[in-house]
Amino acid sequence: MYASGKYSSRGPALIPRMKTKHRIYYITLFSVVLLGLIATGMFQFWPHSIESAADWTLDKRSVHDAPLVRLPVSSPIPERGDLSCRMHTCFDVYRCGYNPKNRIKVYIYPLQKFVDELGVPISSTGLSREYNDLLSAISDSNFYTDDVTRACLFIPSIDVLNQNSLRIRETAQALTMLPRWDKGMNHLLFNMLPGGPPDYNTALDVPRDRALLAGGGFSTWTYRQGYDVSIPVYSPLSADVELPERQPRHYFILSSQTAIHREYRAELERLKEENGEALLLLDKCSNLSQGVASARKRCYKGQVYDYPQILQESSFCVVLRGARLGQAALSDVLQAGCVPVILADSYILPFSEVLDWKRASVVIPEEKLSEMYTILKSIPHRQVEEMQRQARWFWEAYFSSMKAIGLTTLQIINDRIYPYAARTYEQWNNPPLAVKIVNSPLFLPLIPPRAPGFTAVVLTYDRVESLFRVITEISKVPSLAKLLVVWNNQNKSPPEESLWPKIGVPLKVVRTKENKLSNRFFPYDEIETEAVLAIDDDIIMLTSDELQFGYEVWREFPDRLVGYPGRLHLWDHEMGKWKYESEWTNEVSMVLTGAAFYHKYFNYLYTYKMPGDIKNWVDAHMNCEDIAMNFLVANITGKAPIKVTPRKKFKCPECTAIDGLSLDQTHMVERSECINKFASVFGTMPLKVVEHRADPVLYKDDFPEKLKSFPNIGSL
Amino acid sequence: MQAKKRYLTLFSAGACLILLFCFGGIQVPLSRKGPSRRDDRSLTGYHPGARWRRFSASLQPFSPWEHDQSDSHNEHISPRQKRDAISGVYTGKRCRMESCFDFSLCQRNGFKVYVYPQQKGEKMSESYQNILSSIEGSMLYTPDPGQACLFVLSLDTLDRDQLSPQYVHNLKAKVQSLHLWNGGKNHIIFNLYSGTWPDYTEDLGFDIGLAMLAKASISTENFRPNFDVSIPLFSKDHPRTGGERGYLKHNTIPPYRKYMLVFKGKRYLTGIGSDTRNALYHVHNSEDVVLLTTCKHGKDWQKHKDARCDKDNAEYDKYDYREMLYNSTFCLVPRGRRLGSFRFLEALQAACVPVMLSNGWELPFSEIIDWNTAAVIGDERLLLQIPSTVRSIHQDKILSLRHQTQFLWEAYFNSVEKIVLTTLEIIQDRVLQHTSRSNLMWNSLPGGLFTLPQYSTYLGDFPFYYAKLGVKPYTKFTAIVHVVSPLVSQSQPVMKLLVVVAKSQYCAQVIVVWNCDKPLPAKHRWPVTSVPVIVIEGESKVISSRFLPYDTIPTDAVLSLDEDTVLSTTEVDFAFTVWQSFPDRIVGYPARSHFWDSNKERWGYTSKWTNEYSMVLTGAAIYHKYYHYLYTTYLPASLKTMVDQMSNCEDILMNFLVSSVSKLPPIKVTQKKQYKETMMGQSSRASRWADPDHFAQRQTCMNKFASWFGTMPLVHSQMRLDPVLFKDQVSILRKKYRDIERL
Repeated sequence: MYASGKYSSRGPALIPRMKTKHRIYYITLFSVVLLGLIATGMFQFWPHSIESAADWTLDKRSVHDAPLVRLPVSSPIPERGDLSCRMHTCFDVYRCGYNPKNRIKVYIYPLQKFVDELGVPISSTGLSREYNDLLSAISDSNFYTDDVTRACLFIPSIDVLNQNSLRIRETAQALTMLPRWDKGMNHLLFNMLPGGPPDYNTALDVPRDRALLAGGGFSTWTYRQGYDVSIPVYSPLSADVELPERQPRHYFILSSQTAIHREYRAELERLKEENGEALLLLDKCSNLSQGVASARKRCYKGQVYDYPQILQESSFCVVLRGARLGQAALSDVLQAGCVPVILADSYILPFSEVLDWKRASVVIPEEKLSEMYTILKSIPHRQVEEMQRQARWFWEAYFSSMKAIGLTTLQIINDRIYPYAARTYEQWNNPPLAVKIVNSPLFLPLIPPRAPGFTAVVLTYDRVESLFRVITEISKVPSLAKLLVVWNNQNKSPPEESLWPKIGVPLKVVRTKENKLSNRFFPYDEIETEAVLAIDDDIIMLTSDELQFGYEVWREFPDRLVGYPGRLHLWDHEMGKWKYESEWTNEVSMVLTGAAFYHKYFNYLYTYKMPGDIKNWVDAHMNCEDIAMNFLVANITGKAPIKVTPRKKFKCPECTAIDGLSLDQTHMVERSECINKFASVFGTMPLKVVEHRADPVLYKDDFPEKLKSFPNIGSL
Repeated sequence: MQAKKRYLTLFSAGACLILLFCFGGIQVPLSRKGPSRRDDRSLTGYHPGARWRRFSASLQPFSPWEHDQSDSHNEHISPRQKRDAISGVYTGKRCRMESCFDFSLCQRNGFKVYVYPQQKGEKMSESYQNILSSIEGSMLYTPDPGQACLFVLSLDTLDRDQLSPQYVHNLKAKVQSLHLWNGGKNHIIFNLYSGTWPDYTEDLGFDIGLAMLAKASISTENFRPNFDVSIPLFSKDHPRTGGERGYLKHNTIPPYRKYMLVFKGKRYLTGIGSDTRNALYHVHNSEDVVLLTTCKHGKDWQKHKDARCDKDNAEYDKYDYREMLYNSTFCLVPRGRRLGSFRFLEALQAACVPVMLSNGWELPFSEIIDWNTAAVIGDERLLLQIPSTVRSIHQDKILSLRHQTQFLWEAYFNSVEKIVLTTLEIIQDRVLQHTSRSNLMWNSLPGGLFTLPQYSTYLGDFPFYYAKLGVKPYTKFTAIVHVVSPLVSQSQPVMKLLVVVAKSQYCAQVIVVWNCDKPLPAKHRWPVTSVPVIVIEGESKVISSRFLPYDTIPTDAVLSLDEDTVLSTTEVDFAFTVWQSFPDRIVGYPARSHFWDSNKERWGYTSKWTNEYSMVLTGAAIYHKYYHYLYTTYLPASLKTMVDQMSNCEDILMNFLVSSVSKLPPIKVTQKKQYKETMMGQSSRASRWADPDHFAQRQTCMNKFASWFGTMPLVHSQMRLDPVLFKDQVSILRKKYRDIERL
């Protein structure tokens, strides 16, 4: 675009020279017009390719080529910034609109160089390396738009990261020159070093109307909760130094800042006197040889230590306020996995809107500096370890680069605009650990009432006689609410209605389109109860008491699978893989779904949320649907299934075929394969092993049978 | 020629214009996708379509290393002086804990709350009475103002609406005359209503000085973060203690209810707060989005009545509020006259996910509650988008929002006591900053009121967060044997018990709590065991000392034992493996049950063998050590004294406590023999089970406890956990816990 602009400017210059040669001139003119029309056409059809080509030329330019803007002395100055601003008063939410992705669009102004009337720039540094990184990261992110009309948030390219390098009044004037400024509405400024001597205000002093401020070093008096974003002060060291994990930590408390007020330093010295070697107090080095970066060294009594490496040697690291509340040292400390001890009264910790700092730091009032040692000693050791991990993770995710800082800020603002799609506490605060953190939506300890009963879902193919017996048996269970027969045979119609057993509850038949095992776990609309009893069409040995008791146990554990025969997975050390174990073990990690109670929610999960290709794999192999269900439930709840009653296998006279299969060696091999396959898809082994089963309270007790609620519990 | 020249100039100008259109022309509105709302001031070098691209040239860092040094130039400002200066500057609307609160008052005696004595003749609403008595009944209360760190007025400040009959006059003078007032420092003022028609300002009508506000319907504008506390608006019928449970009983799948979004309430024809409610009819579709308003309220509504009133009123009468509340997935909570409304708590209890439509309302307990997990926070400006927003919420999210409403309702809102205690605990967390609750403690089960950070700040030390952290409890237990009778022979049951328990592979330590009047026996008289046996002499010899949180307990699990308990090592081992699956419950042997005696209109206690149980006695039970701490600090002195005086019911009280935390029944594991019942015949002198009054006492205890808890926390269970192969007809050699079956 820039190049074509140049070309067009040459056009008018040609005209006067060709005054006399009209014809040639006409031809030139027409060809130029034609060219123009072609070019227009190109704009219509390939707008993007042209734009990016134009960008590329822009990119080639250096910062010094940024267009110069002269600020008239009289140009307006924005208002100071309204402390009562909140999203609902100072932010125009209509610009963000409703969008299915729930993501705000961010526009970045192109770089301009602002100078006053005498040609003196408004900033001594101009665009800093960090701000360049920040804006570039945002422009590469999903938030970015180059269409100013669609943007919901605007970021000026005027660098205000460090107030010290700014001319306050002129910077403010430059802001008002921005074409979409509109009283700072929906504009975001990034500042890390606010204030200046002698008072050091805790927020940027540049008047900025309604603009949002992402500031490092807010105090509770300048921070507009829910409007501003508190950000860290970036430490440039982190780009240079890598601090791989290291143990052990020799020191208990380390103080490494160089600009500590003498009052506080004296107090720290006193602590050191009392507690000796556990504390290490470092200061800047006075006599370093030439060429050594003073930022990378610290000293104690002439002994030189490498910074920030030394931070890794301590459990806790002091981060004291300086003239400013926000300290770059915090970032170094976190990077070293040292738990920051923050002594900065009224300081708003970075990203405190979303980060739970209690899990990664210790905040102590400045007044209690002298009690620091006792306070820190009272923290349980296991907690310190967790805090160290958490500190390190906070740094990696939110502090490590300008990109991390910038995108976190935008995400926080995004979460405010689309709160119903906001990232959760867990997403913000839980490190992506190897340990699986369970998070089931059914977490409430709720014992559902008995009354609605359960729906029995019988999967059948063509064993009608056996099916009818099962139906008759189950219909005797008091809490049965409905019976659903899943007819999985497409070649044969179910028997006529008149032939079905007459039972006291509604009976429905669902015909499936394909003979798939997963049909048994489909969340049919016909299932109106929470509790589902999945049962095979040959399970006739379970007594009515046994089933009713199973339902009662399910009510106490509605988020688990409650079944009869239990199975176990074992690690085969020789083969180096998982093995399936069927009977006579003292432990249980799965229950068979040939007869099992579970929540209908798991039907929905099985059908729609089963990870990987497990569902299709099960349908293709016509096996292991029960193992898959056990994996699924254990994975989301982190809990073991409940095996009820002594039942060890489903034995029945008629179904020797199935039983024969169960005993078959190849069957066992196949089941073992399933476990290994599922474990690899889940990326972990979610199954939990337990050594107990549930029996009625008075089971096998020396007590009159007729007084027992469930006297008829079958045997093996 | 002249004409031609002119013609030419015109033509070339036109051509140039076309050219400019073509090449520089994407700025022109014609080629835009939509019309721009504002005129762009064109500036040199400003290209609206320009992308930001990284500059590759080397740039200066934003902050040179010297900046850190330059900080130190300010050494002349002493931080201490700076701190002192703060308290003078930031007062009134800018009050914060740092500037308006005196922390030193809390240093000596911890966080204690004092309530001014009630003046005779001073009228007080029932709600305020409830607030005061909740404080007086809590563990934070002190009757001595000299020990207090926080002060609560006995002047009713709840209703500051001048037109209200509850309004207390001359509050200003009354407050000023209190000699402990001290300019309001370290005082907290509770308020539900402020301002009056037509503007309903948030002014209380008297100078609160440096006092904190615990106020309903507070706006973000007036809310002083980390100083004030936003509390929910509750009605005068809100129960003082106990409180109703949430209405959620079922988790239907899919989770959608009959209605998607409902609201039923007043519409204001004049005055503040009208706009949003006036616009609701745009969204109402009388199918699944039912938003009903009525104009029919107040004296002269007919006078202000508008064109829609009659139609609205008719529609309004067609629906029953309760029916809608229970059958809707989402409930709209728009602002009323004030920012908060009763609809909020109603929706929360009904598990109807609240959709907040009250811009600028600082939500209740916003300091500690993450409302995004339990509510949809809408924007009044985007009312028309609300239906599509709630429809876009995934069903898994609906389930978890719904569960969270129930958790929050029961943890912080369902009684005046909970609301008040939550308020006080929030302030306590600020005062004891480094021992305060983390976000997770407040926002997950069982909630902040049951999670005391003074016990530990590490989540893994509590029985509630193992799954959340992905960690497991420590794999050993500490046995605590409560001994009341003197040591006379080596064959005493307690001697056997010590040996048996110490033999367990999971036993880390045995603690004997010596609550016998006889002096401590010599060390050599205790059996020799492989694990250390520590004898602690109870100072006051009261029964509650068995539940003290001794520092000498190194494990998470505690096995609590009576001296006459008969157990085998296998039984102990099995019970402990079961407990590892249920670390937040009591897992043990002797089970008891409660029932409602409708003839006598009270709770009954039974030790008969029944098909269900709701208590597992602590004569032989494993539970988490944290419950020792809760028992000692959370329960009121009145209950503990009662237990100590009777030397009875401590086990019942423990069951009440654990069930009220976990909301679940205890777990009974299988036992070799009948417990206790067989022991009764034995001649153990101190056996309290032989006492005929014993049983009657336990009956009384049940009812005393239930009345303090305000509800019956015990829950019944019908199952017992046995080893997987228990009494199965297979070779005993296959069984891991074979001793349990041998009689």
